[in-house]
Amino acid sequence: MPDLVFEVFRQERKGKPLEHAGSFRAPDERAAEIYAREFYGRRHESEALWLVPRSAVHAIGDFPEEFDKSYRRVDGYSLRAQLREARERAGTAESAPGGRAT
Amino acid sequence: MSERTDRLLQIADDELFLGWRDSEWTGIAPFLEEDVAFSSIAQNEIGHARALYELAAAELGTTADELAFDRRPDEYRCAPLVQLRRLEWARTIARRWLYETADEIRLDALKRSVDPEIAGIAAKMDREEAYHRMHAEMWVDRLLATKEGSTRLDEAVDELWPYALGVLDDELRPELRRRVEERLGRTLSEVEAVPRTLHEAELAELWKEMTVVRRSEPAGSQW
Repeated sequence: MPDLVFEVFRQERKGKPLEHAGSFRAPDERAAEIYAREFYGRRHESEALWLVPRSAVHAIGDFPEEFDKSYRRVDGYSLRAQLREARERAGTAESAPGGRAT
Repeated sequence: MSERTDRLLQIADDELFLGWRDSEWTGIAPFLEEDVAFSSIAQNEIGHARALYELAAAELGTTADELAFDRRPDEYRCAPLVQLRRLEWARTIARRWLYETADEIRLDALKRSVDPEIAGIAAKMDREEAYHRMHAEMWVDRLLATKEGSTRLDEAVDELWPYALGVLDDELRPELRRRVEERLGRTLSEVEAVPRTLHEAELAELWKEMTVVRRSEPAGSQW
């Protein structure tokens, strides 16, 4: 009988984001609300819940990476080698002022 | 025993026995989500019983556990409606719904009590019962939605109707009849209510099961 799947997003405390908390089956939205209250609300563990029918979720899971685009990432450049060269030039290798050498 | 304590024990026993009976579905309810939700509701009812037993215990100089488990079967005051063992879904839903409908009428009366403790606990219970009613009403609609379901619900309600009347005092029964007839859109037969003083054979069986652990250890054991 329960032919719909509902994805549950739960807000733990006011001001925090709603995070995916799990999913369950229910025959319709009315039943889903009753079940969600019992599963996620009876111990006062939730501030708010969003119930989303799985069919309403537009899911994307494939991200082709045919070319190396690592340069687009903020962690794309390693500063380690450049730092080492700079320290060697300055003669301060392995003892960068104010911090550990990386 | 005061009338107040007698009344508290009636309601506490109703909630304990109904909670216990409904928990018999744990693991075998129609589907997993219903199983978890139904068990949770059953547990809530037992929680209500505990709160009510605690009030009665304060007056009697005993404890909630002793009231729940150390009385003889003939000392319980629960309505026969909650004693019946009916492991059939339409009957289980019919009983839950009839009980919740009667309980709402009873709680409304108790919320107006001049006794602040009684009025307070009734209001507290009613806030949780609101969700039990949502659940029962949803199932009544689901059963009414198909021919088979509505036939089975009708049969169950007719069978349980004299028992449902027995949950309430005389003066509250016409209101129960009005609400049930309005919801189902039909007239229910004029029957004698099954009184609280009557004990179904199922009560003794349930009592044995419910108290087996308690009776296996000497009184005062710590868990």
